[in-house]
Amino acid sequence: MVNQESRLNSLITQLILGIWAIAVIFPMLWMIFSSFKTDQELFFSPWAAPKELQWDNFARAWTNAHVGDFFFNTLLVVIPALLLTLIISAMAAYVLARFEFLGNRAVFYLFLAGMLFPVFLALVPLFSLVNNLGLLNTFVGLILVYVAYSLPFTIFFLTGFFKTLPSELEEAAIIDGANEYQVFFRVMLPLAAPGLISMGIFNFLGMWNQYILPLVLVTKEEKYVLSQGLYFMLAKQFYQNDWSALFAALTIIMVPTLIVYIIFQKQIQSGLTTGALKG
Amino acid sequence: MHRQKYRLIIPFLAPALILYGTFVLYPYIQAMYIAFTSWKGLRKAPRFVGLDNFQKLLSDDHFWNALYHNAIYVITLPILTLGLALFLAFMITQKVRFSSFYRVTFFFPQVMSVVAIGILWSFVYHPSIGILNSFLKLIGIGNPPVWLGDPHTALGAIAAVTVWQAAGFYMVIFMAGMQSIPSSYYEAAALDGAKRGDIFFKITLPLLWETTRSALVFIVINAMNMFGITFTMTIGEAGPDLSTDVLSTLLYREAFTHSRFGYSTAIAMAYFIIVMFLSFVLMRLTRRQTIEF
Repeated sequence: MVNQESRLNSLITQLILGIWAIAVIFPMLWMIFSSFKTDQELFFSPWAAPKELQWDNFARAWTNAHVGDFFFNTLLVVIPALLLTLIISAMAAYVLARFEFLGNRAVFYLFLAGMLFPVFLALVPLFSLVNNLGLLNTFVGLILVYVAYSLPFTIFFLTGFFKTLPSELEEAAIIDGANEYQVFFRVMLPLAAPGLISMGIFNFLGMWNQYILPLVLVTKEEKYVLSQGLYFMLAKQFYQNDWSALFAALTIIMVPTLIVYIIFQKQIQSGLTTGALKG
Repeated sequence: MHRQKYRLIIPFLAPALILYGTFVLYPYIQAMYIAFTSWKGLRKAPRFVGLDNFQKLLSDDHFWNALYHNAIYVITLPILTLGLALFLAFMITQKVRFSSFYRVTFFFPQVMSVVAIGILWSFVYHPSIGILNSFLKLIGIGNPPVWLGDPHTALGAIAAVTVWQAAGFYMVIFMAGMQSIPSSYYEAAALDGAKRGDIFFKITLPLLWETTRSALVFIVINAMNMFGITFTMTIGEAGPDLSTDVLSTLLYREAFTHSRFGYSTAIAMAYFIIVMFLSFVLMRLTRRQTIEF
């Protein structure tokens, strides 16, 4: 009796979880299938598998619709921005966590204050500032802005992290004759690797998917990053009607994300959830 | 030991402070002034107009329309998303088979870019190529709605996508909270013959209170935002008859389509005050004695 009941329970559980799994997976599978179809098939046989794999959809998306260019633009912005964010934040966090000096708390709370405001409040002044600096429509402008807006949370997180590190190694290095810079770069930074990896993943996803900042700061098509490039492709579809290429573009964006996610899912999940709840 | 520490402190703090001061603090401080000016485009200078923008705001139908949609999201999204997330998290932690497959799958939409999700779903909802309506026709619904094209269904369609995207994320957060509840509590309850529902409402939920509070504040902040998904799914037009317009899309349009910089910043200021107020009230309302375990 008890056994039967628990078997029924687990059947219901599997059913519910299975339905949600299908709800999550199905739209993506449909997208991948559709990206191999002709426009004809898209409209008239939505449920059938593609008759022939239309690799040409991907070629059109990559070159004609410039997804390739957007992809490289994104890399050119995100990689330098990410490295700069990590090194600048680590230096500031190290000092804030391990040195006592006048104004230490004040500086820490000043950075914290940045997390309080919504980015929408800064859009107009930021647009005008970046324009005055001559950095509108430049990768440098976008990189500096990405770094600046990633600093508050990254510094907050890494300060906490540096505080937990033991001081014995630091002292041993000083006794061995290392100077302050060597202590940081050779001893403390390697020790902080797990924290840097968490923040690296968190910021990478945030920057890769960043939408509102490039929308405001980049208005020339040849400088578009992926997110806004995709959006303008969609907007154009209304008169160009190349749906299959748009499906292919979506697949190009989503499949690498999926692969990276499956490999690093543990780190990504913990990076994103701690990011959200402490922030 | 740190005799010459300022030789390290200053160069280590300077890059962060300079970038943060220039691109974050300075714009925010400027915004406090711009909200009180009339400023129409980069070539013109802002002109101080006192409270004019805020007066205009109070009698602007578009503002109230957008705020109304935000209010709907603020009420519905936490209930739907957190309800579903809690339910899924409770199910998945019952030692089920394939639990790690479910966890990995459910979380994935959170990793995808909001633009990709918006486009994917605007295809799903599409009246002629969309999979949703061809499914509805398949099961005999002859005249399905046009979803994003109909002012009565557009907002709900966007809310559904948001739930779809975020449920797995909050589920993982709840799972982390649930794993820190000592298993002896469950064992004792099982010995007393407690049902699954009792266990959930009398043990799991009360012990998850702190997690739920943070999740609630976080989701309300997101419900006030909704920029990416709305902007993408309605091609920047804020839906038929502005039926999906929210404060963020309204202030974006005011600034970057109509070049009303001052007015847009005033809307952003109102938006900021509302978010602060909501977070404060939520934290206050949900405060209760934490249970130590």
